[in-house]
Amino acid sequence: MEFSEHIKTANVEDVVLRQPLHPPGRGTLCITGHHLLFSDREEGSCRQVLLLLRNIDAIEKSVENLLTCSGLFSNAGLSQRLSGSSGTITIKCKDLRVLQLDIPGMEECLNIARSIETLSCLDSMSELYPFFYRPSSASLRDQWGLSSLERHYSQMKELHDRWRLSTVNRDFSVCPSYPQAVIVPKSTDDDMLEKVAKFRQGGRFPVLCYYHKKNGMVIMRSSQPLTGANRKHCREDEQLLQAVIDGSDKGYIIDTRSSQQALQARMTGGGLESKSCYSSWKRLQRQMERGKALQESLIKLVEACGEESNNMDRWLSKLENSKWLSHVQTALSTAGLLAECVERDGHSVLVHGSEGTDSTLLISTLAQLIMDPSCRTLEGFLTLLEREWVQAGHPFQQRCAHSAHSHARLQQESPVFLLLLDCVWQLWRQFPLALGFSEALLLRLATEAYASDYGTFLGNNQQERCALGVKENTHCLFQALLRPRERDCYSNPLYEHTELAIWPSVYPQSLQLWRGFFLRWTPQTHHLEEAQEEIRNMVIEWGKLALSSCPASTRRSEDVQNM
Amino acid sequence: MEHIRTPKVENVRLLDRSSGQRKASIGTLYLSATHTIFVENNPETRKESWVLHSMVSSVERTPTIPAGSQVILRCKDFRVFQILVPQERDCLDVHTSLVRLSRPEKYSELYCLSFNPNVNKEERQESWSFMDLTADYKRMGLPNNLWVSTAANSEYRVCETYPSELFVPKSATPPIIVGSARFRSRGRFPALSYFHQDTLAAVCRCSQPLSGFSGRCQEDEAMLQALMKANPGSDYIYVVDTRPKLNAMANRAAGKGYENEDHYTNIKLHFIGIENIHVMRSSQQKIIDVGEMRFPSMTDFLYGLENSGWLKHIKAILDAGLFIARAVADEGISVLVHCSDGWDRTAQACSVASILLDPYYRTIRGLMVLIERDWVSFGHKFSHRYGHLDGDPKEVSPVIDQFVECVWQLSEQFPCAFEFNERFLVAIHTHIYSCQYGTFLGNCQKERRDMRLGERTHSVWPELWKERAQYTNPLYRAEQSQSQGVLRPNTTPYCFKMWKGLYNHAEKSTPPRQSPADFLSTVREESQQLEEELANQQEVPPGGTPPPSPGLQTRG
Repeated sequence: MEFSEHIKTANVEDVVLRQPLHPPGRGTLCITGHHLLFSDREEGSCRQVLLLLRNIDAIEKSVENLLTCSGLFSNAGLSQRLSGSSGTITIKCKDLRVLQLDIPGMEECLNIARSIETLSCLDSMSELYPFFYRPSSASLRDQWGLSSLERHYSQMKELHDRWRLSTVNRDFSVCPSYPQAVIVPKSTDDDMLEKVAKFRQGGRFPVLCYYHKKNGMVIMRSSQPLTGANRKHCREDEQLLQAVIDGSDKGYIIDTRSSQQALQARMTGGGLESKSCYSSWKRLQRQMERGKALQESLIKLVEACGEESNNMDRWLSKLENSKWLSHVQTALSTAGLLAECVERDGHSVLVHGSEGTDSTLLISTLAQLIMDPSCRTLEGFLTLLEREWVQAGHPFQQRCAHSAHSHARLQQESPVFLLLLDCVWQLWRQFPLALGFSEALLLRLATEAYASDYGTFLGNNQQERCALGVKENTHCLFQALLRPRERDCYSNPLYEHTELAIWPSVYPQSLQLWRGFFLRWTPQTHHLEEAQEEIRNMVIEWGKLALSSCPASTRRSEDVQNM
Repeated sequence: MEHIRTPKVENVRLLDRSSGQRKASIGTLYLSATHTIFVENNPETRKESWVLHSMVSSVERTPTIPAGSQVILRCKDFRVFQILVPQERDCLDVHTSLVRLSRPEKYSELYCLSFNPNVNKEERQESWSFMDLTADYKRMGLPNNLWVSTAANSEYRVCETYPSELFVPKSATPPIIVGSARFRSRGRFPALSYFHQDTLAAVCRCSQPLSGFSGRCQEDEAMLQALMKANPGSDYIYVVDTRPKLNAMANRAAGKGYENEDHYTNIKLHFIGIENIHVMRSSQQKIIDVGEMRFPSMTDFLYGLENSGWLKHIKAILDAGLFIARAVADEGISVLVHCSDGWDRTAQACSVASILLDPYYRTIRGLMVLIERDWVSFGHKFSHRYGHLDGDPKEVSPVIDQFVECVWQLSEQFPCAFEFNERFLVAIHTHIYSCQYGTFLGNCQKERRDMRLGERTHSVWPELWKERAQYTNPLYRAEQSQSQGVLRPNTTPYCFKMWKGLYNHAEKSTPPRQSPADFLSTVREESQQLEEELANQQEVPPGGTPPPSPGLQTRG
């Protein structure tokens, strides 16, 4: 295997591993093309720690005794001198864990460090672990993915009157980041779509993303229109949008940029929908942070959480300074606004920012969770993520290349998906009975997005996944999460179906730091996990009792009150 | 009654902003001797809102607007009511009456002296015997061959603000006690707060010594020596001064101060740095303001939180308790705790330490016992601190609020360790201020005895005990590891958060949130019911029909 050229030292004995929540262990360290494997050789315990190299965000190495050793052993040979020395590698993971390895032998230590550095950020996607992961419990022929746009459309009978499935993008030539099939108004033909695609950044023309059964209103999403400095317009684009609100008086456009940002975008060829051309659409500008600013916010927050300071003022000011919670607040309130337009005011909405692959997906997903009970179950939520993030072309490969610890120069990294999971967690905390999945699921997804055995989050869009043969050569995470054993720990024992919308409170006091994630490796998170476990046991026990004493029983009705 | 200028005003608009109400409701306002009552006009609901006069912390009249004049009632449980009265004259009368009614001048005006639940004299007496501190000392294993009950303070002869029954080291003779009391501020000599049976170490409390720069007292030195000897395994004790060191030093100039380590052998002095009541008062005001902000941004909120300093103070108190608990449980060293007078910060630090050390105090009954012992019996000045009577505003300070909040912060960190829920803590907080029961009236045991409160009022504890079903945390299991032994909380700043349930009623009630705890309580109740039914079923002979289970609901 070509990985071997990057591995000079594959095995080291007598290594000490320090990791959070565990006592230090002494044992053997192995490095392979994709993993670090540590086996505890202490008697009576056979602990193994397997770490995906891709999960490593950054390492710090320090070698000790180099000078003193060379002084002390000046007569001895080089190798002896080095064997008297030792080194320490601090490993900072993308799941925010920090591990430390004390390695005897400086040369070994440097070799291991070098291997980690190279192998943890291989550029070639086809060399990544998902293409090598072959668990005995699953076969590559198992179903890949949960649903497809085609299936989604065929299940949504109520769409068929006014909406059609278009395969204009079947070879990804109209929009490289869209899936092969999309849902558009029936009255727009594929020729029109091709023209509209030229008028939208990256070809992301407006497509249907959500249909609200209660009133027939929809959420559309796209990228910004390419009006440019000379205010071009596109008749087909206007017609497409007109077809969306056909019959109702007006629609809303939620632009996730500030007015100024949107106007400035004209200078670089982008722009916004003008009032004169889109007279039945009302534009709402809601600025959301994106890109680098979001990544920096994450870095600051993680840094604040890692600091062992005892000073309350310092913590609160660092928490504020990171702005992470402000981003959570903005995302939830913008999603709330979107849901309000659709559910309360009964209008259709088009959402976009600039590229339409980040904040657009963030708020459309959250709005669906707020309004639509069918995406609040475990399957429903995973299907939603598959449709709105994986298939809709959120560039996972670029956004999740690095997490909060990396010193590498930032390129396209941005924790948009993590922000989504945080917002979903806030919803979950505010409505503990309304969502069918557990916090453990959100934590698992946060880890998998950055480093995974599965192919689900590989690549930036469907086109790349097709080219790599992801479907044929890797396993699907979503399928794995729904297997019976996983299902137990990822479902919410308290879940009660409710038809009502769940309106989140975005008041600052209602939003909290997501301890489960950001302080995951501290001991007190453990007490909270114990409590979750206790809840699960109670409900299971209760269920058993209920079953054994009263088989024919009615379903509990629980009211979720609207705001 | 003479203070009520107008007993009834019609067509009044009431906006209860704290319960998330957005539109004012129209109704009639009544002023009684004890309550402000608002009855909605809406014939379908006729909703009534009752506000006890003693719960009102301030009454404010805002400038008249065309729709009428407005009175804003701010309550001690942080609720806020806006009342719009159509006629300015009426408004003036309501305002004047409420200002007076909310500031009683004599104990006899307080609600507990007119509150008359439907119980007879025997039941009332029984209600007072619900709380038995001797039983708690007995539970700790006292008296034993190290600690004995002393009669030195019977009839409150040595210290007016102490209880009459106290535990001291066996070797502390009455002359030592009396001498030590003379050398301590307000005569509050070292006495036992908690005895830890596992390590034989004790938590003791007192007030600051009257040492000035060089004063010393043989009896006091002997007293501390006796404390050390009462813990056979140790050769020193910790003296925890909960004040910032600078404040303690400043006190020396006034003839008070702290123990000189040269004079006392075998003590280790440790300063904690909890701020004084004045700092706490203004800090709480700031956090109340944060809770009242209408549409704060996240930045406003976090800045306000930091600026209030409130969480910093809560952390300091928890740190103090943790230091004491560690000394007692891990090192097996006894601790003597004091501040200035030994009735505010000392009470906080000792009671937090007890909560951490002993799982019993994490039960519903246990917390009542703890508050009765460390706060009520040891002379925490309830009436002064919580403004029961119109008096010196500088005496008012949220000292026990902070203790109750420490317990809440702990319960957030250890969700399975406490038998009670947040509601219980809020209920205690309310009753400390409400003056509906005599338990928290007055400033020390002697005052309560002199006022014959046991005959004239009721005790709050049995009332809370009766309601314990709604105060129970469904996740609590006595046998679970989290519930046992010493609690070791993490006090890193990120472990603290603002207590929304107390300070932010508005948010608490906007949409009634789904509560897993309530859900689980029902689950637990039903489980018990089912278990009983199953047990009954097994007694039914084979072939017999199982008894029907009325009202049974199951998840599908």
